[in-house]
Amino acid sequence: MAAHLKKRVYEEFTKVVQQQQEEIATKKLRLTKPSKSAALHIDLCKATSPADALQYLLQFARKPVEAESVEGVVRILLEHYYKENDPSVRLKIASLLGLLSKTAGFSPDCIMDDAINILQNEKSHQVLAQLLDTLLAIGTKLPENQAIQMRLVDVACKHLTDTSHGVRNKCLQLLGNLGSLEKSAAKDTEGLAVRDVQKIIGDYFSDQDPRVRTAAIKAMLQLHERGLKLHQTIYNQACKLLSDDYEQVRSAAVQLIWVVSQLYPESIVPIPSSNEEIRLVDDAFGKICHMVSDGSWVVRVQAAKLLGSMEQVSSHFLEQTLDKKLMSDLRRKRTAHERAKELYSSGEFSSGRKWGDDAPKEEIDTGAVNLIESGACGAFVHGLEDEMYEVRIAAVEALCMLAQSSPSFAEKCLDFLVDMFNDEIEEVRLQSIHTMRKISNNITLREDQLDTVLAVLEDSSRDIREALHELLCCTNVSTKEGIHLALVELLKNLTKYPTDRDSIWKCLKFLGSRHPTLVLPLVPELLSTHPFFDTAEPDMDDPAYIAVLVLIFNAAKTCPTMPALFSDHTFRHYAYLRDSLSHLVPALRLPGRKLVSSAVSPNITPQEDPSHQFLQQSLERVYSLQHLDPQGTQELLEFTIRDLQRLGELQCELAGVADFSATYLRCQLLLIKALQEKLWNVAAPLYLKQSDLALAAAKQIMEETYKMEFMYSGVENKQVVIIHHMRLQAKALQLIVTARTTRGVDPLFGMCEKFLQEVDFFQRCFIADLPHLQDSFVDKLLDLMPRLMTAKPAEVVKILQTMLRQSTFLHLPLPEQIHKASATIIEPAGESDNPLRFTSGLVVALDVDATLEHVQDPQNIVKVQVLYPDGQAQMIHPKPADFRNPGPGRHRLITQVYLSHTAWTEPCQVEVRLLLAYNSSSRIPKSLWIEGGEMAPQVETSIEGTIPLSKSVKVYIMPKPARR
Amino acid sequence: MLLSHVVHTAATEVCFPSPLSVLQGEGPRASCGAGAGQDVGRSCILVSIGGKNVMLDCGMHMGFSDDRRFPDFSYITRNGRLTDFLDCVIISHFHLDHCGALPYFSEMVGYDGPIYMTQPTQAICPILLEDYRKIAVDKKGEANFFTSQMIKDCMKKVVAVHLHQTVQVDDELEIKAYYAGHVLGAAMFQIKVGSESVVYTGDYNMTPDRHLGAAWIDKCRPNLLITESTYATTIRDSKRCRERDFLKKVHETVERGGKVLIPVFALGRAQELCILLETFWERMDLKAPIYFSTGLTEKANHYYKLFIPWTNQKIRKTFVQRNMFEFKHIKAFDRAFADSPGPMVVFATPGMLHAGQSLQIFRKWAGSERNMVIMPGYCVQGTVGHKILSGQRKLEMEGRQVLEVKMQVEYMSFSAHADAKGIMQLVGQAEPENVLLVHGEAKKMEFLKQKIEQEFRVSCYMPANGETVTLSTSPSIPVGISLGLLKREMAQGLLPDAKKPRLLHGTLIMKDSNFRLVSSEQALKELGLAEHQLRFTCRVHLHDTRKEQETALRVYSHLKSVLKDHCVQHLPDGSVTVESILIQAAAHSEDPSTKVLLVSWTYQDEELGSYLTSLLKKGLPQAS
Repeated sequence: MAAHLKKRVYEEFTKVVQQQQEEIATKKLRLTKPSKSAALHIDLCKATSPADALQYLLQFARKPVEAESVEGVVRILLEHYYKENDPSVRLKIASLLGLLSKTAGFSPDCIMDDAINILQNEKSHQVLAQLLDTLLAIGTKLPENQAIQMRLVDVACKHLTDTSHGVRNKCLQLLGNLGSLEKSAAKDTEGLAVRDVQKIIGDYFSDQDPRVRTAAIKAMLQLHERGLKLHQTIYNQACKLLSDDYEQVRSAAVQLIWVVSQLYPESIVPIPSSNEEIRLVDDAFGKICHMVSDGSWVVRVQAAKLLGSMEQVSSHFLEQTLDKKLMSDLRRKRTAHERAKELYSSGEFSSGRKWGDDAPKEEIDTGAVNLIESGACGAFVHGLEDEMYEVRIAAVEALCMLAQSSPSFAEKCLDFLVDMFNDEIEEVRLQSIHTMRKISNNITLREDQLDTVLAVLEDSSRDIREALHELLCCTNVSTKEGIHLALVELLKNLTKYPTDRDSIWKCLKFLGSRHPTLVLPLVPELLSTHPFFDTAEPDMDDPAYIAVLVLIFNAAKTCPTMPALFSDHTFRHYAYLRDSLSHLVPALRLPGRKLVSSAVSPNITPQEDPSHQFLQQSLERVYSLQHLDPQGTQELLEFTIRDLQRLGELQCELAGVADFSATYLRCQLLLIKALQEKLWNVAAPLYLKQSDLALAAAKQIMEETYKMEFMYSGVENKQVVIIHHMRLQAKALQLIVTARTTRGVDPLFGMCEKFLQEVDFFQRCFIADLPHLQDSFVDKLLDLMPRLMTAKPAEVVKILQTMLRQSTFLHLPLPEQIHKASATIIEPAGESDNPLRFTSGLVVALDVDATLEHVQDPQNIVKVQVLYPDGQAQMIHPKPADFRNPGPGRHRLITQVYLSHTAWTEPCQVEVRLLLAYNSSSRIPKSLWIEGGEMAPQVETSIEGTIPLSKSVKVYIMPKPARR
Repeated sequence: MLLSHVVHTAATEVCFPSPLSVLQGEGPRASCGAGAGQDVGRSCILVSIGGKNVMLDCGMHMGFSDDRRFPDFSYITRNGRLTDFLDCVIISHFHLDHCGALPYFSEMVGYDGPIYMTQPTQAICPILLEDYRKIAVDKKGEANFFTSQMIKDCMKKVVAVHLHQTVQVDDELEIKAYYAGHVLGAAMFQIKVGSESVVYTGDYNMTPDRHLGAAWIDKCRPNLLITESTYATTIRDSKRCRERDFLKKVHETVERGGKVLIPVFALGRAQELCILLETFWERMDLKAPIYFSTGLTEKANHYYKLFIPWTNQKIRKTFVQRNMFEFKHIKAFDRAFADSPGPMVVFATPGMLHAGQSLQIFRKWAGSERNMVIMPGYCVQGTVGHKILSGQRKLEMEGRQVLEVKMQVEYMSFSAHADAKGIMQLVGQAEPENVLLVHGEAKKMEFLKQKIEQEFRVSCYMPANGETVTLSTSPSIPVGISLGLLKREMAQGLLPDAKKPRLLHGTLIMKDSNFRLVSSEQALKELGLAEHQLRFTCRVHLHDTRKEQETALRVYSHLKSVLKDHCVQHLPDGSVTVESILIQAAAHSEDPSTKVLLVSWTYQDEELGSYLTSLLKKGLPQAS
């Protein structure tokens, strides 16, 4: 370059013409940069009316502006701003300034002066507000610059006296966002008057416009969020705002009170109209509780939500929230809860109520009854009875949070939570069941409460029932009657909804292991054994009987006396269940019998687990034996694969690892087999038939690698490298086979090119992992890369072939946690004899209900496929809201699939299954190389291919011809 | 020119017309009709507000079958037509104790003015009236009763109002309806004349139930809130316990194959219980049939389906998928079903088991202990319902038959009135200046009255039937202000602060019943008056031996140093001015060592002037 310039310099002396050309060239270069602003400038000058100018600006705003040209554009806009008379155009310019100053990479301090300048001369309130917004954008862009912040705060304070609420709003917003955090730092900056931002904002709590009041509170909250410590004096101001006429003010005020109460929980505040004093957090709690019965439901939701996070509140205040003194004709009445408790403690259960059973007892001193207190009285009682389910949910959540931090409160709120199980909205019921589960460590259910809980087991919603099973898993029951009741209800549930089988068994497993001593006295009854007579042996396949056994066996684990009560067939059944349902039935120490699996004590780590050892050993054996004769290798691989598969079936916790390794080994086996083909020894054109086999192998390996990459959760980068490496080998194989079977060189050129691109891409993506791939196929390939780049296709193929044969078998490191994604379609169950009839051309909705295990991000990758008998396939993308997450690693898809077809003469079956859509480029950024071009890459969720995730279910449908 | 201030007091009067009972009130207006005062059973309230007369509700008493049944309307006007006297009639909801006397009132007594009610009330009210008429005339054979045609004619005078719609009855009187819960279409009404307003609640419920929402009112700050007080001394248990108990009992009975009888009245609670059972059946996937006695209820259910906006959140949100009142599990009842085997649930009318279908079914089922009867409401003494609730197991039926009751008897209260807490909550929401309790028992109201006065510090009344309560109000009167004056005053002060009153100088002109505040100059011009100047003068004696000029100079320098903010001038003629205040010094005619300071100021500068005088009276500082 320098030499070039030098040459130019010399040339200048001689040739004048060329210099001019040079100048034109440089000019051109410059012009390209501010072209945007220039175009805008021209447009704006052309504009004859404000409407025109507005139109140009709108068009301009549609395209992004590069950081370099922002300043130019800003200048043009400002210039035009000064000239413009129409406020709407000025407004648009002001908003554009704000947008532009947010551009990444552009430092907006240079336009601040101008912005403040035009602010001072502006008359229109709307434009003023917009300009302040722009300043806010500038200010937030430069958080470090104290001087600028101070200046902006100054400007905001000046305009606070504006008559328009919009301007005042923006000023407060500005203050909230930029108000100085530390006074000391502020003092240093050029002597600008230090303003007490809190004081200024606080003054606007009493503004005449509710919007400004809201903005002031919001600004205060913003200050808090930015780490400024709010003064305690604000508390009193905020309390006054609680009785504001406008709901948004009250809602914000509730938040502010909450913030202050968290800041100064232990301060003491006086109770008005008495001499007493209480802690601030208690006072605030009382006030927020009061807002739970506000007139506006927005405020009620807000208040109920915040209650949950006030953990420092005193316990007697907390307990008041559940207290609602009942009375009737001025006589004290006990609540139904209290009555239930009493009935229970007196040993009499549900006598059936007579009229007047709830008759009021003692007289109440009329003076002592407070109907409305400022205190927390009955806040939750009201919240849980609210008309809006949003409020009820918020109240349940708050209850949950408070109960988690206070065991005594948990005990008290139990009655109310149990009541919520009968709410009219399912969401609320579900939420309260979940809540109960979360606090279940702190509580023991009374029998009458358990009774109510169990009544919900008959709910027709599967979600509710499953949540309830989860709850029962971790509930403490106090009596043996309770356990019996639970078992009876669960069995009832089982007969009513047989699909709940697994969930109920699991539930009984935990119920048994938690309450061994309560189960013990029930055993004879449950097993229907008799001291003298032998009873008939129950049917081993009866799910209800299995359920009872699961309960008993789990209880017997920690109760050594229990097996003595078993009859002979029980032991036999135990042995059978221990084998078939090993995850539900624990190992027992049985008298007079050998320990069935004494080796498995519960506390050994997976590494010491013999099955895990077995897995490790078999894998190591394979990896060490890579230079055996091909025949031996193949056999060993086949055996190992079989072993691993069996292991996966037996040990569900190792299934993921075993499957994953087996798949990898299968790929390797396929590759070896393909390379063993005879076709390699014979002249190319003769072996079309065999090449099919090799091609099929290559294709299958590719499919398997995609499965390995996307169907397992917990795959780490080091595995991904190996998987990609395997895929690369498959691609090489594909290339070689194609090269050998196709005539002509032209198509080969393209293929070679593409393959080399992929190799290059592999190198770029996994450059860090390359050292681990010593001696591998890709290692060698990269060595020869320069040669391959220039070589002819035939030569490339040749090199590849030899390398593929020489390449070693890479060791696949096992990841820590690996799980195979799986899915089961629960509904439609299939095999229905009644076809779903609908008029052709119209749609019919098919309910699909499926459980997904270990699928990451199912919202984006799980699809439903419908295969019609004519081979037509349809892919349906379920809505993100259709997925629920009942537990870690588990998802539930409940969606509707719309079917439609032209008329058929007779009913036929369509297949429905779930697919896992993958896109390898999502894992690796910026890749435009996709081998098969069958799917057009879409903008965001481009689907490269799909893997079947579940078994397909057949649905019998019948589109009828439309009647005319 | 002096500022004038007018305080206008107006009065709102509420009459509680009493039927034949003794007149207690001495209100300026004749009282009449039925009362709502300290009585449950018949609502009729007369309100005079800002010169307008409004009748709230027109109820009848179910307990009487003679003249006491209806309010005695001849008391409203001794002579003259009702239409001339009453500006409008407002009906809060369709219960007969709130609307039962309407056809009698409008057709037989004669009233042609507008009757306001909500649309559901307008739809359901005639059904109930017709039903009531049938029982009274066809079954009991009463004479002198309104006819079907009268009901129709009466309903033609009805004007329907929407929730939160402000209806302009005439130029001054406007009414607005708020949601009240209680029954479908129940409303609270705000009646407003000028700046005075009254809120009448009718019956309302502050806790939402399965088909209705909770009553709600904004902070309308009326001068008077007239609220019902049926449950003035009761705080109710959570509705969830009641619901759960009810459902559990029904469920248990049905599961063991028993039959459940639920005697109900056709409207209101019946729908609530239907919804409750329907959703429970749906949730629990139960199969046992539920029946509902036909007739009136079917018609009413039809209207319930139509008025979805008047129901609660859940029904409103889900009616697009499914209208909750289109019952899947609840079917119409046929007489023959009562004998069919197997479990079932039957809703039958009437609610107190005193006659009709419910009693028939009860007699059939009473013998088996597997069956159950659930009484969802209060039963009047003497009815079968009351007997079995008080524990009687052997009932004497007509014809000397003795019926042994073996079935289980349960009582569940599903009342839709606000309890004491709810009433307090509503008072808190509306923030009235006065509260008036009606529709309750005197003893209980006393308690609530005391509580309201104590907690809200507003006065509370509880008039008896026929009593009139008169309240004085201090209405705010809007005054127009000229823009010029406002701007001038704004420019003087700092910020206008909404919460702090500001002093404003101007002239109030009252002309043709409108008020204007203008600057004094403009007022003078408009009224064609000459401006008078009012000056105060005051002499201050100063002990000073020096000459007048020197004294003046001393005064000048003293004032200059004290009044830094004001413009102090020393004029060439020897006098001193502070703003517009003139100070002249003169020698005392008798004592030369004493100087007399003449201070003169205009009325406008009164403040400064008096300050100056007091300052000068303290004397001048000794010259150094």
